[in-house]
Amino acid sequence: MRKNVIIKTISRLSVPFIQVFALYVIVHGALGAGGGFQGGVVFAASFILMIIAFGLTCVRQRFSYRWIVALSALGITIYATIGLLCLIPGGSYLGYGSIETALGVPHLHGYLIDAVEVGIGITVMATMTSIIYDMSDRGGESS
Amino acid sequence: MKLKALLAVLFLGIILFWAVGDLPAFGDPEAPATQYTGELYIRSVLPDIGIENIVTAILASYRGFDTLGEVVVIFTAGISVALLLRRGGRL
Repeated sequence: MRKNVIIKTISRLSVPFIQVFALYVIVHGALGAGGGFQGGVVFAASFILMIIAFGLTCVRQRFSYRWIVALSALGITIYATIGLLCLIPGGSYLGYGSIETALGVPHLHGYLIDAVEVGIGITVMATMTSIIYDMSDRGGESS
Repeated sequence: MKLKALLAVLFLGIILFWAVGDLPAFGDPEAPATQYTGELYIRSVLPDIGIENIVTAILASYRGFDTLGEVVVIFTAGISVALLLRRGGRL
C-alpha cells in the first residue's frame, strides 16, 4: 500500500473534476468537439488515477466487477434499444428521423444522438476500466 | 537474406515514391476527396439532423450502424481480456 500523501491528496481533489469533464465531453458531442468514445476514455482515466493513488483493492471495493460487466452491457443495450425504437414508427434501424417525424418533437433527432452517445460512453468507460483491472491485477488474494 | 530484404524495401519505396506524383496537392480544393461527399454532408447535416457537429452527425446518425459495430468491438475486446487474464472469480 502506498503512503504518499501528495499523490493521494492531489488525486482525491482532481478525480471529481476529471469525471465532470468526462460527462461534459459526452453530452457535448452534438454541439462541439466530443463524443461517447472520448468521454468514456476520460472517465476511465479517472479510475486509472484512483488505482495509481489508492491501489487496486480500494477501487475495486467501490466499483466491483459485477458493476463493470453490467454497465458495459448496459451501454450497448441503450444504443441497440434506441435503434429498435426507430422501427416502431416504421423507420429503418437506427434511423432516428422516423421517431422525430412520428412524435412531432423538434430537435428530437439531436437528443437521440445524445442518448446514443451516453450509451457509447458507458460501454467505453466500463470496458476500459475492466481492462485496467485485469492488467493491474497481479493475482493472489492480496491484490 | 539481408540483401533480399534491402531489395524488397527499395522496390516498395520506389513504387510508393512513384505514386506520390499522382496525389493531389496538400489542401487542394479541386481534389476528389474534398469534392463529392464532404460538400454533401456540409450542406445537408443541419436540415437533416439539426445539430451543429458534422462529425457527430456522420458518426452517430448517417453511420450509426457502423458505430454500433465499433462499440460491440470494444465490448468484445474487454470481455476477451477478462476471459484471458482474470484469475478466479466469475465474469
